[in-house]
Amino acid sequence: MTEMLSMSNNWPLFVGIMLLKLVVVFAVTMLIVAYATWCERKVIGHMQTRLGPMRTGWHGLLQPIADGLKLFFKEDIIPAQASKVPFLLAPMMILVPALITIAVIPFGKDVTVGGFTVPLQITDLNIGVLYILAFAGLGVYGIVLAGWSSNSKYALLGGVRATAQMISYELAAGITIIAVFMLSETLSLREIVALQAGPLWGTITFLPDWYVYKQPLAFGLFIITGLAEINRTPFDMPEAESELVSGFCTEYSSMKYALFFMAEYANMIVISAIAATLFLGGWGAPLNIGILNMVPGVVWLLAKVFAIMFFFIWLRATLPRVRYDQLMQLGWKVLIPLALANLAVTGLVVVLQL
Amino acid sequence: MFTAIAKGLGITFKHMLPGHSTTVQYPTVKLKMSARFRGLHRLVPTQDREKCVACYLCPTVCPAKCITVEAAENDKGEKYPRIYKIDLLRCIFCGYCVEACPVEALEMTDAYELANYRREDFEFTKERLLK
Repeated sequence: MTEMLSMSNNWPLFVGIMLLKLVVVFAVTMLIVAYATWCERKVIGHMQTRLGPMRTGWHGLLQPIADGLKLFFKEDIIPAQASKVPFLLAPMMILVPALITIAVIPFGKDVTVGGFTVPLQITDLNIGVLYILAFAGLGVYGIVLAGWSSNSKYALLGGVRATAQMISYELAAGITIIAVFMLSETLSLREIVALQAGPLWGTITFLPDWYVYKQPLAFGLFIITGLAEINRTPFDMPEAESELVSGFCTEYSSMKYALFFMAEYANMIVISAIAATLFLGGWGAPLNIGILNMVPGVVWLLAKVFAIMFFFIWLRATLPRVRYDQLMQLGWKVLIPLALANLAVTGLVVVLQL
Repeated sequence: MFTAIAKGLGITFKHMLPGHSTTVQYPTVKLKMSARFRGLHRLVPTQDREKCVACYLCPTVCPAKCITVEAAENDKGEKYPRIYKIDLLRCIFCGYCVEACPVEALEMTDAYELANYRREDFEFTKERLLK
């Protein structure tokens, strides 16, 4: 925080740089959201031996723009029996927590501009991980509110499912993350990334000291619980097209529906970015070799985010949706005990200074 | 369970590699229809007229009752269809008319893009069927 303070003495510069960072990060996220939809349709298409979008632009590259325009001009319907205010509030309440979580993700080394150090991170909270967990928890409200305020059976069922699922999996996700910051002894994501830069186990010099090597189980658990948190297949119970029409967003149309859609992909980016930051060394290079360290950190962070997102899409193309009791069973009887065991072992190792 | 998931992931990944798509880009690429495909009907012509002898077997066998035939006699004293009409909106493309025809005057082509804008356009008269 010291560099930030020195810069904030010059407040116009501070505000200017802050705004610039905000705009750039927001724009990049939105761009990734738009093209994540295209990538998802393409990848799933090919995995199901189809082609995916092909007609709008070269290999369907303009498809996200066409979809956006279409949704923008569609009629915006608010059901007569819906609770108006929560109905309007819900899409925002799901998108905003998804987007502001990105604020604590560091995306590169500090840059020096005209004598001022600019950290490549919107803000470095000393409780970064807690902030992420808090907003992940807040995201549920959007879904539940959408389900409830629609005043429709399917939407309500979707909302109820979302609550139970998110609460169950958030617990496991929280416990897995605790294991990471037991090792790092800090909640600041910036420091967690910095700690992962050193040589592996302090001895193997060409590999960085990523937490995925120390906590492989936690990484696996985090990916699974992350999938459940963002309601993606095989855990997309709140949407479950084949059972609940479209779940919590059944009654939504036009741009409000688009907001849910954007939130889904924004959440995907956020979970991928968190997984990359906590376990895969954030913006650090995958090998401690000079030439790879020359590459800007943003490239590595985006590469890791895209890799995890590809894995999510790949899983969606492969796995069918789990049944609701299976979901609960997996959450409470498998993931939470495993996470607790991992936590106990990590604690023991940390205490005994192994 | 994990081996099964890994196997599934392997299959989907293999399918993603180029050359596994089975999609035909329809309006630009068209598949060749089978020789036995039952598309739009066609009246088979001879040198100067249609082969049809207006025997009424096709309207009789037609389960959809979509064929209208009216017989007449020409100058040579041959029986010919003065009117031969198929209402494609009623036709079920069963091909019984083709089977029933004793002189092989009727056949079915591979034309299947038959959509049109007006009802009248689906009335295929003798002239259109002879094309």
